[in-house]
Amino acid sequence: MELVAEIKAGPETKVTTSISGSVAVLDALLNESVTTVFGYPGGAIMPIYDALYDYNDRLQHILVRHEQGAIHAAQGFARASGRTGVVFATSGPGATNLVTGLADAMIDSTPVVCITGQVFAHLLGTDAFQETDVINITTPVTKWNYQVTDATEIPAVLAKAFYIAGSGRPGPVLIDITKNAQLQKFEYEGYKKCDHIRSYRPKPIVRKEYVEEAAKLINEAKKPFVIFGQGVILGKAENEFKAFIEKAGLPAAWTIMGMSAIPTDHPLGVGMLGMHGNYGPNLLTNECDVLIAVGMRFDDRVTGRLDKYAKQAKIVHLDIDPSEIDKNVKAAVPVWGDCKETLPMLTALISPKNHPEWMQQFADCTAKEKSTCIDLEMNPVDEVLSMGEVIKALNELTEGKAIVVTDVGQHQMVACRYAKMNQSKSNITSGGLGTMGYALPAAIGASYGDPGRTTVAIIGDGGFQMTIQELGTIMQFKPKVKILILNNQFLGMVRQWQELFHEKRYSFVDITSPDFVQVAKGYYIDGQRVDDRSKLKAALKTMLDHDGSYLLEVMVGKENNVFPMVPQGRGVSEIVLSKAEI
Amino acid sequence: MTKQEYTITVYTENQIGLLNRIAIIFSRRKINVESLNTSPSEVDSVHRFTIVMNETEDVVRKLCRQIEKQVEVLKAYYNTNDEIVWQELALYKVPTDIIAEEVKVERLLREHGAKAVVIRKDYTVFEVAGHREETDNLMQVLEPYGLIEFVRSARVAIIKDSDGFHKKLKEFEYKEPGEEVLENEYLDKNQEVFSM
Repeated sequence: MELVAEIKAGPETKVTTSISGSVAVLDALLNESVTTVFGYPGGAIMPIYDALYDYNDRLQHILVRHEQGAIHAAQGFARASGRTGVVFATSGPGATNLVTGLADAMIDSTPVVCITGQVFAHLLGTDAFQETDVINITTPVTKWNYQVTDATEIPAVLAKAFYIAGSGRPGPVLIDITKNAQLQKFEYEGYKKCDHIRSYRPKPIVRKEYVEEAAKLINEAKKPFVIFGQGVILGKAENEFKAFIEKAGLPAAWTIMGMSAIPTDHPLGVGMLGMHGNYGPNLLTNECDVLIAVGMRFDDRVTGRLDKYAKQAKIVHLDIDPSEIDKNVKAAVPVWGDCKETLPMLTALISPKNHPEWMQQFADCTAKEKSTCIDLEMNPVDEVLSMGEVIKALNELTEGKAIVVTDVGQHQMVACRYAKMNQSKSNITSGGLGTMGYALPAAIGASYGDPGRTTVAIIGDGGFQMTIQELGTIMQFKPKVKILILNNQFLGMVRQWQELFHEKRYSFVDITSPDFVQVAKGYYIDGQRVDDRSKLKAALKTMLDHDGSYLLEVMVGKENNVFPMVPQGRGVSEIVLSKAEI
Repeated sequence: MTKQEYTITVYTENQIGLLNRIAIIFSRRKINVESLNTSPSEVDSVHRFTIVMNETEDVVRKLCRQIEKQVEVLKAYYNTNDEIVWQELALYKVPTDIIAEEVKVERLLREHGAKAVVIRKDYTVFEVAGHREETDNLMQVLEPYGLIEFVRSARVAIIKDSDGFHKKLKEFEYKEPGEEVLENEYLDKNQEVFSM
């Protein structure tokens, strides 16, 4: 169908065309350079799907098997591509199924625009079929949401939606469009992108005096320590960040969300922060004299007990979101702004330096961690496979080039501890919300977001069963997703806590699984199961070399624990390396 | 830090659903809102929320940041009671015969500056504008005399040191805001107006 149904010259010789709200939605997507939409049709969004029928050549629509799959796929797409993910869903259950993904995208700052159908405007509030108050349900888990009841609003509202989702600190936006607005014809003047909303300031004004103060602190520091989060990736400031740490020889540790902003083997990269992060970064957080936090939000999984967190250090906090400054940890110097702008300003003011002794302290910690935890995880003495050695073998084959999508739990922590990553946007995981079931659909989305790279979804036996239906999406649309199930026949992380903190009272953690390889076969996806060390690497190679999606189930130790660990309620320097220390 | 009464003044766009967005910032943190008023502001098309709560300054500052983070919020200020001029309006419905018969009631109403709004044979409605204690006092005084109904409005407040919002709004309308909104930024050096 062509846009030009009927051309009219307006009073100011504005050329308008008469189009439906649905066509306006699709035209907006094309204008925003959207290539891929993840969705699921239903009654209240049928006019948009009807219009989509004619847009098949310009917009790729991936039919998922559940709306939660659609939004996680859009998140994976956004995280792999750096662009905004787009979701279509219908009203009522279609919209409520998005809620988990919205909450996940909200807490992990992922740009997503969801378009939901809604009942006719005259039926709003009447408990009509598949009516739900999606605006109020999603208010706490969206950066912005809006209900459209008149088609003429659609172009401007969608322009605003894409601007808000992708600018500043990104986040999810939901636009609810009533069926009458989708059907309504109106005079369309073309699409104008939004680049300013008077009540919305995506980037705070950078205050030079704070950049200068920060530089002074860094220059005087004996033991400076940089901790960074996803802000570096979202701000597309990987190079600026590298230049910054390299100039002053600053050791830098990443949060789980910041992982891959610098290569994992960067000489100044000292590892991951947090509850199951590396020993050095946690321990030495409480020894540094200046702590420079870049694009991270001091999550409780990173800080442990706040009253025992970096009390000795002066804290410099760079963030784009003013509400993050002083939210959890008080900053001595707040550097508001986009780190793409603030980091070069800071780099210009800091003196070139090395901190060999300080770096040695990190190296000593790494050596200690290696001998007490890592060696055993990488080279287990018993016959049973460990998760860590699977990741090690995977690293050898991918050489750190793959996108690694993880679910939530022990396998996530092990993968993020040991996976090698050479380039940015390689780590896709549900960090803030901890959404089990995230990985499979997110990996599907990631494979569309960056089709040039291999996407490996590392998933536990529990999480895989939460969104297992998305195998159907893979069957139908054939994205190349390498599914690596690390099966310990337990809900491993909860089991670990029950073992460590609940006297081994294993309460409903022994989850039974179907034959995953057979299930995959039912979806015409090839796969195999491995429980033998000698076959592991060959099996991984088969998975990676396979032309298409592949499922590899690896049976791993049932009661392995992830260490080191900062037990809940303790300070970061009280990190323990083994069960005996708890 | 000790808790005290703070008044948050929020300048916003007039958008359906924004009240909910602001309200859930409080309910999510289990903070009780003492009073909430929405009204037009000095600027056409800009809405003004006045929210009263009893909290520590630290909490109130964080609340203000969360409020300002909302896309349709232009600006949020917080002030202690010393920094604002504020009023609440209360209405009292009292049996008319009691006022007629009891000289003491008439005197009490005068003392509290009550103004009759409606006088009917069966009841009279009085209004008092003032601070919480003042309107509360009259309610307690009238109770023994058969107070039929009592209602009090939310607080409305004027910030003593504010120059209004006209100038600021102009700055917000520019894509690159100038010095005027710098006080919006962290650690305001101008202590005259409490601000983020």
